Amino acid sequence: MLMVERKVAVIGVGITRFGEVWEKGLRQLLAEAELQALADARINPEKVDMIFTGNMCGGEFAGQEHLGGMASSILNLNVASTRVEGACASGSLAFRQGLMAIESGRADMVLVNGVEKMTDVSTEHVTTGLMGAGDEEWEGFQGFTFPGLYALMAKAYMNKFGLSRKQLAAVAVKNHFHGARNPIAQYRKEITLDDVYKSMMVAEPLTLLDCSPITDGAASVVLCNAETAKQYCEAPVYVAGSGQASDTLALAERSELHHVKATRLAKTQAFAQAKITVKDLDLVEVHDCFTIAEIMAMEDLGLCGNGKAGRLVEQGQTYFDGKTPVNTSGGLKACGHPVGATGVKQVVEVVQQLQGKAGKRQVKGAEIGVTHNVGGSGATVVVNVFKRGLP
Amino acid sequence: MTAGIVGYGAYIPKYRIKAETIARVWGADTRRIVDGLGIQEKSVPGKDEDTATIAVEAARNALARALINPKDLGAIYVGSESHPYAVKPTAGIVGEAIGAGNHYTAADTEFACKAGTAALQMCMGLVQSGMIKYGLAIGADTSQAAPGDALEYSAAAGGAAFIVGSQESEWLAEIKDTCSFTSDTPDFWRRGLSPHPRHAGRFTGEPAYFKHVLQATKAMLDKTHLQPTDFDYAVFHMPNAKFPIAAAAKLGFKPEQYKDGLLVTAIGNTYSGCSPLGLTKVLDKARPGARILVVSYGSGSGSDAFVLEVKPLIEERRGLARRTEDYMKRKTYLEYAQYSKHMEEIH
Amino acid sequence: MFEESAVIRWRKYTDRYRLIGNACKACGETYYPAKEQCPCGGKEFAAQQFSGKGRLLTFTEVKAAPEVFESKTPYVIGIVKLDEGPKVGAQICDANAGDLKIGQRVEAVFRKFYASGETGVLHYGTKFRPVF
Repeated sequence: MLMVERKVAVIGVGITRFGEVWEKGLRQLLAEAELQALADARINPEKVDMIFTGNMCGGEFAGQEHLGGMASSILNLNVASTRVEGACASGSLAFRQGLMAIESGRADMVLVNGVEKMTDVSTEHVTTGLMGAGDEEWEGFQGFTFPGLYALMAKAYMNKFGLSRKQLAAVAVKNHFHGARNPIAQYRKEITLDDVYKSMMVAEPLTLLDCSPITDGAASVVLCNAETAKQYCEAPVYVAGSGQASDTLALAERSELHHVKATRLAKTQAFAQAKITVKDLDLVEVHDCFTIAEIMAMEDLGLCGNGKAGRLVEQGQTYFDGKTPVNTSGGLKACGHPVGATGVKQVVEVVQQLQGKAGKRQVKGAEIGVTHNVGGSGATVVVNVFKRGLP
Repeated sequence: MTAGIVGYGAYIPKYRIKAETIARVWGADTRRIVDGLGIQEKSVPGKDEDTATIAVEAARNALARALINPKDLGAIYVGSESHPYAVKPTAGIVGEAIGAGNHYTAADTEFACKAGTAALQMCMGLVQSGMIKYGLAIGADTSQAAPGDALEYSAAAGGAAFIVGSQESEWLAEIKDTCSFTSDTPDFWRRGLSPHPRHAGRFTGEPAYFKHVLQATKAMLDKTHLQPTDFDYAVFHMPNAKFPIAAAAKLGFKPEQYKDGLLVTAIGNTYSGCSPLGLTKVLDKARPGARILVVSYGSGSGSDAFVLEVKPLIEERRGLARRTEDYMKRKTYLEYAQYSKHMEEIH
Repeated sequence: MFEESAVIRWRKYTDRYRLIGNACKACGETYYPAKEQCPCGGKEFAAQQFSGKGRLLTFTEVKAAPEVFESKTPYVIGIVKLDEGPKVGAQICDANAGDLKIGQRVEAVFRKFYASGETGVLHYGTKFRPVF
């Protein structure tokens, strides 16, 4: 049974621009985010007890493993510093490590980073590297790309529940609408349904605009023991609940192909700890690596019943000013998906929303926000719940 | 002690290209080509197929008819002009894929289009001498031809496998006897680093194909004291339709004897798979007691001749795997550009 | 995708070439690929030969491929439910995506996946094709 007494707060955030950041390499992106978060928390590096850095392909795309060493050396620190990897969930896994370090009492002030540098190598090399998020032997070897894996889930979902091309494309249109209102997003231009239909087919039925892009970026947050949070920050955001679950590495071995069981398991843990139901949440950042992923996530998180998400999106309910705002950051689709950074970026977005700093995409009166981050095709899922007041 | 075929299997890829499609690309006279060669279309391997994959499916079909444990195979020989590796035997890949275990001897053979029948003779020898219980002989190819060359109309893909055993009660067909006629004749060859073979034009006719096929057949008939009229079926190597029909006529064989094995018109020349596939096609329909003559031809040159007699057990076993015609009927036509892309994958 | 070395290739013959998985000695459940630990608690297994016959549960045509599959694009991938129960991801060959239907019968065949460049080893394994 969960016996966590110490509460944790987010007291500072930092984020680079997301996109093709030609002028900065892996280290420079990480440094920018770390320093920005520390400045936002108004603390000197010496106050940090521990650092966790989420990253998936440092070795594959930059020849650089051992990012724990890099993260602390940027700050001239000798503290415990660890790289955390769980494919596209690396960022929120790093967040979980930071959370558990403070909850356990082992640390009081933790810096959590997520970083990915993807544009130094060719697109084919990126496609190849990302396949390490799946089962190398049974998926990678056979050319199961990530768009391919999600296309298989899309076909299974469509076969069982029906989902129109329009409903699927509407997810991308909405996320670009939000991205256009997010200063750090990769894509700041709105798109139309027609743009989605006409874009190049990647893995049927997913076209280019159904897929999140290749992105460079880094994000960092500073976590501290909730009791001391107000010393550093006027409006700390508290971690009310967190859940993590896993499932089979290979898609073929899952009990269902049209939903993600690990999402349901992680959400149940997180919501139970936070003592909330799905009706209580004001916004959610979900892992829309592909449009179909957002559809499945909405249902797995309980925002609506199975087979109903398409309709909700089509009706505009998931815009920032709708009934159930989803991905006000622009999601992975429009904000971009620097793989290891995404989980931390989602925290940054929720924190900014709950602090009223979300500008043109502000959800009015937001008090409770949820993040949902997935590794691979669903082998790892992390769900976190954040609250404005002390829970 | 004699030997017999206890299992046989065929495989032909599903893709085809029409002779007229090739002719159009090179500005050749379609009618002259098709009438001259007697080939309407040929088989083309899929991008994920090669001699090893063809050999494996043919072997699995042979095992399905033989009903033997693959671990009882004492030898595996694969004959081809397009082995995937120059050094690393196709026979070993086949052995692993069919679960033959480790207690068998293996090697690849090469003798142009008669590499498969040479493998068959090797298995016969090992079985008849009592050295092994069963031997697997395969002839398979993904034949190559230089674009624009005459061979482009005929070079095709396919293969056949035969399991040889000594127990009469297990025979689907007895191999009564075999003999060969071999020489050094430079009618068609390929140097190691060259992707395509070369040939000596009209020299490939009389002094090459006809000399060896006729001599081997005559020697076989002499040795067995048989005449052409004693046979129900005759299968000759088919570089095109013209040559085997002419050879049959010269030897005194009639159309009703050779028409069933003459699959070159529909699938082209599958090189090491050619006369072996002619044989599997005949075995798919021949009645018990039928007598079959098979004469292969490999450039360089040589011919292997065989006399077979079909056994009653074949009626029970032939339905246990796909027939040659099942593969022939499965067709998807390609345009020339697609065909070129398929052929690029072979190297 | 990690371009497999010849040694990795060799280690996977039994499952990749011949569809051999395992069956739990305690409860009889069959697995392909072979499992290390059965959900029933059993840790002992016997080798299990699968027939290679099954149905297509889902499929898609991949148009943007990783490096080693570029020349073979587009290709079809899918998930097959084997008659014996387990589900397996596989390339679907000898068919265009437009001709396939969820639920149709497929069978296992031995095919070449790719070559490790001009001088490297050839990688073979099992794909599935529509039954004909």
